Amino acid sequence: MRNPTILASGILGVSGDMLIRAAHGGAGAVTSKSCSLEPRVGHPNPTVIESEGLMMNAIGLSNPGVDEEIRELRRAIKDAGVPVIASVFADRLEEFAAVTSRSSEAWPHLIELNISCPNVESKIGMPFSCSFETAAKATQLARSSTKLPLIVKLSPNVPDIVSIARAVEDAGADAICAINTVGPGMAIDIQARRPILSNKTGGISGKLIRPIALRCVYQISRAVKIPVIGTGGIENGKDALEMLMCGARAVGVGTAVYSQGPEVFSKINQELENLMKKQGYSKISEIKLVD
Amino acid sequence: MLPIPFEITKISKDNAKTRTLLLAGQLPTRPSPGQFVMAWLPGIGEKPIGVAGLAPLRLTIAKVGPFSSAVHQLKKGDFIWLRGPFGKGFKIKGKPAILIAGGYGIAPLTFLAEEMKKRKIKFTLIAGAKTKNELPPKKIPATVFCTNDGSSGAKGFATDLLEKLLSKSAVSCVYGCGPEAMLVKLAEICGKRKIPFQISLDRYMKCGIGICGSCAINGFLACKDGPVFDEKQVAKMPDFGKTKLDESGRRVRA
Repeated sequence: MRNPTILASGILGVSGDMLIRAAHGGAGAVTSKSCSLEPRVGHPNPTVIESEGLMMNAIGLSNPGVDEEIRELRRAIKDAGVPVIASVFADRLEEFAAVTSRSSEAWPHLIELNISCPNVESKIGMPFSCSFETAAKATQLARSSTKLPLIVKLSPNVPDIVSIARAVEDAGADAICAINTVGPGMAIDIQARRPILSNKTGGISGKLIRPIALRCVYQISRAVKIPVIGTGGIENGKDALEMLMCGARAVGVGTAVYSQGPEVFSKINQELENLMKKQGYSKISEIKLVD
Repeated sequence: MLPIPFEITKISKDNAKTRTLLLAGQLPTRPSPGQFVMAWLPGIGEKPIGVAGLAPLRLTIAKVGPFSSAVHQLKKGDFIWLRGPFGKGFKIKGKPAILIAGGYGIAPLTFLAEEMKKRKIKFTLIAGAKTKNELPPKKIPATVFCTNDGSSGAKGFATDLLEKLLSKSAVSCVYGCGPEAMLVKLAEICGKRKIPFQISLDRYMKCGIGICGSCAINGFLACKDGPVFDEKQVAKMPDFGKTKLDESGRRVRA
């Protein structure tokens, strides 16, 4: 990677052209919006609300299905000039194998397994990443369906993220991305006397979740050997450096694309470079996990 | 920004298909012509709607689906919730201009015409519709009307009138809003004559604020970079007039 910033999954959508735009905006790698075997329309609007550094979304994993997404991925792989990470998810555990193997046909540089979206629930009523058994099972199924490096994205909404991280590492994950959105949360409109999001609840992102992301990445980094991509509320170079000090080897950027546009990656990288120089680091690998 | 409730103070029936809601109060920032709001009806849905005018704040909504049908059921004193204004609107260039509207594409252009009148910029507004009872009310200044079936005004497409006007006099810019097929024709006519244009594109939107990518068109976001695009941007959009993304992100015919 030319730099440690990665476009987080779900941001800027499914089209190859938007992934290319994020790459032009300075991202060191780009992640596609999660796709499933079949197309999904997601939840009705309102699906996203934003207020004072906090974003809440319940898009509901809308995507055109893996067959169409493969074309978009190929377009991005051809022209983005940076590694492309294909994010996949499934409603049912059994489908993780098929969606992983189909996505791999586009030959992205990596596959990211999204087992942590709070807007889609498994049969047991929570995301697969909420139990180490289902998290490990999904990872195993994906692992046996692709030769590509596999990232597993985890949910912070669990009492013990370390046991989940260990479980996916043991199940064959090559890297962990943490964290997905926090909550889910709710927003009420008093005039309407009802929740604003049509799904009633939505995953929280933005700068307010950064302390949770830092803590999760710190705990995971101390517990596993595989690299961690630290994601959650990063908006500037200082945020990125803090995340790297918590053990992350790269940082995901999502909600900041809303406030600062797809050029936010160049800005973060520039700030990070300056700050590293000031702190006496000459490369990322010199940044050690804090005690 | 969270949705803000606006009380409806008056509803005018523009024609068989469209109604204009007049609202009490103003948006947090002043919208410019071509910008849009995300309009929410609790329990029904939320859609991008172009602002049709200020003082009072106005929204013109055609009955095309479940959301707009619900809007047409609203009465004076009811509320509609808005987030916005969002996106980039029309950039007024001065000198004589042509505004061209197809069907309910008239809404943002009414607002633009209002603004041009205020700034004393000469313009002609071409308002086209399929038939007489889908034309806008005849109170907008400097307007020529046409219908596809010839039931009112000139017979033919709005772009036929545009071609005629352009051959008669020089204009600085053509501003368009309407069905994509009309905008394609507009781009073709202006391109041939090397006349700058700005057009408002209609794409399916979810967030409205440049994060979800639902409204992407060749690396542009209709909600953030648009919905108004100029001829230089349109030249970089091979999908213009051909495909757009549906709710799931699948490519469908534009």
